[in-house]
Amino acid sequence: MAGNTVSLFIQCLVDTMFPQVGEAMVTVFDRLGIPLAYPEGQTCCGQPAFNSGYRKEAAAAARHFIEIFESAETIVCPSGSCVHMVRHHYPELFPGDADMAARARAVAAKTFEMTEYLVDVLDVTDTMAEFTGTVTYHDSCHLSRGLGIALQPRILLKNIRGLELIEMQNSDTCCGFGGTFSINYPEISTAMVDEKIDNILATGADAVVGCDISCLMNIQGRLSRRGEKVKVLHVAEILAGSRGGNA
Amino acid sequence: MNPTQSSDYRTAAVAGIGSERLQKSLHGLQDRFGKGAMKLWAGMEDREMRSRVKDSRMRTLEHLDIILAELAKNVRARGGQVYFAETGQDAIDYTIEVAKKNEVKRVVKGKSMTSMEINIDPALENEGIEVVETDLGEYIIQLAGDKPSHIIAPCIHLDRNQIGRLFTDKLGIDYTNDPPALTLAARKALREKLLSADMGLTGCNLACAETGHISLVSNEGNIRMATTMPRVLVALMGMERVVATLAEHREALQLLTRGAALQKLSTYVSFLGGPAAEDDPDGPQEFHLVIIDNGRCKILADPEFREVLACIRCGACLNICPVYGKIGGHAYNSPYCGPIGAVITPLLDGINKHADLCKGETLCGACREICPVENDLPRMLAALRHKLAYGSDRWNTRQHNPAEAYAFSFWRLLVTNAFLYRSFIAIGRIFQWPFVKKNKMIKKMAGLASGWTAHRDLPPIAGRTFSELWKEKYRTTRPAGPAAKIEEEK
Repeated sequence: MAGNTVSLFIQCLVDTMFPQVGEAMVTVFDRLGIPLAYPEGQTCCGQPAFNSGYRKEAAAAARHFIEIFESAETIVCPSGSCVHMVRHHYPELFPGDADMAARARAVAAKTFEMTEYLVDVLDVTDTMAEFTGTVTYHDSCHLSRGLGIALQPRILLKNIRGLELIEMQNSDTCCGFGGTFSINYPEISTAMVDEKIDNILATGADAVVGCDISCLMNIQGRLSRRGEKVKVLHVAEILAGSRGGNA
Repeated sequence: MNPTQSSDYRTAAVAGIGSERLQKSLHGLQDRFGKGAMKLWAGMEDREMRSRVKDSRMRTLEHLDIILAELAKNVRARGGQVYFAETGQDAIDYTIEVAKKNEVKRVVKGKSMTSMEINIDPALENEGIEVVETDLGEYIIQLAGDKPSHIIAPCIHLDRNQIGRLFTDKLGIDYTNDPPALTLAARKALREKLLSADMGLTGCNLACAETGHISLVSNEGNIRMATTMPRVLVALMGMERVVATLAEHREALQLLTRGAALQKLSTYVSFLGGPAAEDDPDGPQEFHLVIIDNGRCKILADPEFREVLACIRCGACLNICPVYGKIGGHAYNSPYCGPIGAVITPLLDGINKHADLCKGETLCGACREICPVENDLPRMLAALRHKLAYGSDRWNTRQHNPAEAYAFSFWRLLVTNAFLYRSFIAIGRIFQWPFVKKNKMIKKMAGLASGWTAHRDLPPIAGRTFSELWKEKYRTTRPAGPAAKIEEEK
């Protein structure tokens, strides 16, 4: 399959703590024959600063991102909340600077979340992957409510050979991450993720899958502390077929 | 980030989370009303209604001075009296003056959040006036000396056993936890108060400028009695709670009762526009409408926050917020709790004072989705945080957390310079090893990050970051073509 070169926008948490998710993306796009690039100057999209109110700092990060990525044909990211930041907040970060705002809009227009890009743009619904086991899917807030992406990952998951998707209760209720919220208000955050985990466990699935590593890191961190055995996988890892559910 | 600053909110939140009874109530509430409202919106035949009402609310706010003048003119034409109160204290003073002039001994209230905002009850009681709540939930709260924890369901944090014991103690009835029996006991006690009260004191759900009416919704009928039995009626109204025309009123009311309680119409809707007249003998001899600013003009003047005044106070956002659903209403330390409270309370009562309300949410967006008038509360929470980040003269707000500001300045240096950024990660990778435990997770960290590891583990920085892996494994194997070209440009 030919098409635009995809420039990988690897979320900072994926880069530093979950590089296997980035590698899984490479596997998926390679399998589809999509040319890939990885602009090496990339850092963080600026969302932590923006959500904490530090808009000047967020704008600095956005400017850096725009400079790094604006020559790309298409930008694809394994994180809904980072795409939400670029798509919905970048254009607002440069009040009084029409040129930067226009550049921000241009970059925003070609930035996609991974499952969205596969299903909506490339019309790919089967990544030719295998997974033995049951999974349940967590709808991340910025992904599902902010970008309206809920169907795309499910379509892709249902086409994985050997995979059974079991929906959990309240899959679109927040996991309690919320960026610095999770550090500033750990008790509230934990109460929220505990409810999420109870809903995950109730499905009996082998793994919980999501499109945002930050939510998954929160869920995984609490599962680990509680000593639960459920696996936590980014959707890219499943689409790459890089792991088995009972492996 | 300084835990001592957060102590009140966090302490109250922890208490809420720890209460099994509250958790059960909140779960039931959200499961029924939160999900119910979402289902209702999804099934609405008139798909445009919510945005139409929002538009009309925003349009009204743009012309609020003219519309309030029209409302006042039409109320006065029917013999009602209208008073514009700049502050809560002005509203209290006016109400007390009316009460004194009419030798009022007892006031019956019909659930008003605005009355709690201005804290009028203690002021009336100081004047020797008895104040009795007539809304069942608020009556229970008053008897218990408690505070409401939900805009519509004020005693959601109490269960029927507690209410049974309270009624035994305060009303002298034999103990029962049977809701109909308890309701009957309250009804009997409240009837006596309602029949002998000199003054009714209510809020205002919506006012209609075109007709010069205020409307009040209830499901208990108490408001109808409180507004018609006593000689004098004072209605307290936040200045934004007005619609221009009867047509707009109809639609806003439809959304209000649906958002609040999934009702197409509440059991009672009272329309009041002045004292009793020859052609309309039911009603008080005196009708006073107190239109309260108390900080609203300041919100109105700020385009970033004006939208919050479009709120119709249905409380639906409480019924879906995952944070409210855990901590309950008391943590907000305000008559307005939940997502709407987290935005309006700091704006009315001080952003620094209520910094925890601005910061204590995940910005998940559920409140925006459920809001009948599509208010973007998460956007406004982020805007409030912006004020806290740098301080704001306009909002008389100082920088909330200089240490956090410093941390983000440092963060800015890193994210705008890839070399520094990657070096910082490499250094972190070395220093993290003493913390990494056998299961390859970090169990305990110091300083700011301790908030994470208090209840959760954290994966360490990987042995090879993706950017390192890309250089080592993937970059060289890329086919020539557009990808390579883009790489060269970097």
